[in-house]
Amino acid sequence: MMEMRKFDNKLGNRHRNQIEGSGTFASAILLKHEDPSTIKMRTSTKKYLLLRLLKYVLLDILKNRMVLFYTLFLLATSLGLFSMSGDPTKGIASLLNIVLLVSPLLSLIFSTIYFYNSYEFIELLSAQPIQRKTILYSQYWGLCISLIVALVIGLGIPLLIFAPGKAALSLLIVSCGLTMAFVSLALLAALLTRDKARGIGLSLLLWFYFTFIYDALMLMIMFAYIDYPMETLTLTMISLNPIDLARVIVLLQLDVSALMGYTGAMLQDLFSSGKGVLLASGVMLIWILAPLRLAIKLFNKRDLWKKIPEDDKHLQGFYFFYQKQFSLN
Amino acid sequence: MNNKYSILIFILFASIKLNAAVLTCGNKTNCQYIQNAINAAFPFDTIEVQPGHYKQGNLLITKPLSLLANGEVILDGNFNCEIITIKSNHVFIRGFSIKNSSNLSSIDIAGIKVLACQHVTIENNKVEKCSFGIYLSNTTHCKVQNNFISGNVLSETNIGNGIHCWKADSNSIENNEVTNQRDGIYFEFVTNTTINKNFSHHNLRYGLHFMFSHSNTYTNNKFSNNGAGVAVMYSHHVTMKNNLFEYNWGASAYGLLLKEINDSEITGNIFTYNSAAIYMEGSNRVNMSRNIFSNNGWAMRIQSSCVDNIIEHNNFVGNTFDVSTNGETQLSNFNSNYWDKYEGYDLNRDGEGDIPYRPVSLFSVIVEQLPPSLLLLRSFMVYLLDKAEKIIPSLTPEYLIDNKPVIKMIELDNQPIAISNTNKE
Repeated sequence: MMEMRKFDNKLGNRHRNQIEGSGTFASAILLKHEDPSTIKMRTSTKKYLLLRLLKYVLLDILKNRMVLFYTLFLLATSLGLFSMSGDPTKGIASLLNIVLLVSPLLSLIFSTIYFYNSYEFIELLSAQPIQRKTILYSQYWGLCISLIVALVIGLGIPLLIFAPGKAALSLLIVSCGLTMAFVSLALLAALLTRDKARGIGLSLLLWFYFTFIYDALMLMIMFAYIDYPMETLTLTMISLNPIDLARVIVLLQLDVSALMGYTGAMLQDLFSSGKGVLLASGVMLIWILAPLRLAIKLFNKRDLWKKIPEDDKHLQGFYFFYQKQFSLN
Repeated sequence: MNNKYSILIFILFASIKLNAAVLTCGNKTNCQYIQNAINAAFPFDTIEVQPGHYKQGNLLITKPLSLLANGEVILDGNFNCEIITIKSNHVFIRGFSIKNSSNLSSIDIAGIKVLACQHVTIENNKVEKCSFGIYLSNTTHCKVQNNFISGNVLSETNIGNGIHCWKADSNSIENNEVTNQRDGIYFEFVTNTTINKNFSHHNLRYGLHFMFSHSNTYTNNKFSNNGAGVAVMYSHHVTMKNNLFEYNWGASAYGLLLKEINDSEITGNIFTYNSAAIYMEGSNRVNMSRNIFSNNGWAMRIQSSCVDNIIEHNNFVGNTFDVSTNGETQLSNFNSNYWDKYEGYDLNRDGEGDIPYRPVSLFSVIVEQLPPSLLLLRSFMVYLLDKAEKIIPSLTPEYLIDNKPVIKMIELDNQPIAISNTNKE
């Protein structure tokens, strides 16, 4: 009887631990009795779990060297642009074009590839009593932090040297926001398909859509409804594309003279007060959070066990046999 | 004989001068009311007003007098009258602080109003919270200098202009600062007048506004942060030199709006941070040279109704759009300007680009037709469109073209003018 209870307890504890995501060692201690100090320890390990995972991810990315190349590329481009054109405003304008083109592309492709490549590590982690949310967050933040560090070094330092000011700051912040949004979109793309090639294709498609197709579509729609008031429509359309949003935030600093020449009263009000930047930043935050939430949802639902190559008939038969036999699910 | 007469005339004038008495009036003197002193004075007398705060209603001057403030003299209209009205030649007014005139929509009430006379000088005054600041009507050879005029903006209909001239000739407006009025400086039917070193800013409507005012010269003025910039209309032979137009932002705000301005000269000015630096409509034979256009939304918006304007030796730097226009026809000449967006080359090293520059980009044509598309500015798609149009021009106006763009920025010594106005305090 006593034995049974102990066994039950053990199972129960393990189950609980799995949910709470604490270390496996804690279960052994908890067998005897739970005293407050151990609970404290448990929560603290839970708290730092993300950081510990993050450390592994960051070190792994650093080994990858891709981020290093990205940093060097940004550094070279921005230094080159600034030393080529004497006017810092012009430099920022050209840099804006490059950042809007490159940083989403690199964030998407690099993040997608990285996620697929570390799929086995993720599977391994999933076998541990760690929440899936934590695993995905560690991936997300690892990617974000490394790419943002690259931006700060490659973009921030030349901006600080050649064109310190509001426009430069907004460009840097906006590019960081853009990176975060596109990393979360990349994770979403990677979780939508199991196939690596398809995932990369999907993220490329996303980039192409947001960079080229969207603006052309927008211009088309605008011309189609040229006789109607279009303020709300334009604003909504701008908000539906993070790249456009980022561009408009920088424009508010860079081309304010031209933007103030716009005839609409609503946009005029938005541009002249701080409201425009505030609104744009809010929508940008949605663009960062929404795909990430969706990705977490997908990742939580995903059956990692089912990852069996479709052409491996033997393994598939094996899997289905065992599934029927033991009703594994 | 002739000699004798001239001596006699000299003695006569001298005696008049010698007889010009200096009257003192004010709170601590026998003469409490300034109007009494004015009434008692003989022509060409001088009245010195002692320091104090006077709420004595309207002062009407109907004879040549010098009215001087001896210290800080505040003439307060208490919001129910006009403060100084001048109806005589050769009046000289200096150093007053004029406040709180009434405000009627049926009559133009002013801090200082000059009606139908000549050789009146108004200097070193401070006019505050008056409907109109200084109002010159039907005057010649008058001087308005070193005044500070600041209104009390309620709404466009409730406030007048800072310096208002109607039907005038050969006046001189110098070194004044005007702010918070409807129009900073307003002219109608004014000719041969010099406007020099004034600073007009934060006015509700225009910094400078004139109509039917020919042959005037505007030099070294500064117009900034006005609701709709500067608008000048229906005039010819206007000279504008070394002025500064800045921070005029808004859908209908222009650094300088030229409507039916003919045969004029606009040289050496600086236009910076305006929504549209110059907007031209129906203007002919205007010569624009050696101006600096920097950081404007549009450096120039030339409507097709403009003919034979010459735009040369200007610097266009950091403008969002260089030139935009509303039609295909373009009959103005662009020549030898510096464009920072020029991407051509200069093989023979003569300082002029070998391929012409088209200052109208495709996107500016699109924006002209579809204003909301302005928000697509600097997007990659727009960049591609502009590039394609640059290679094969088809939609941008064919004749709006600078055939000899300058490779290096033209060295111009247009310096922002420092306006010194001691009365602002």
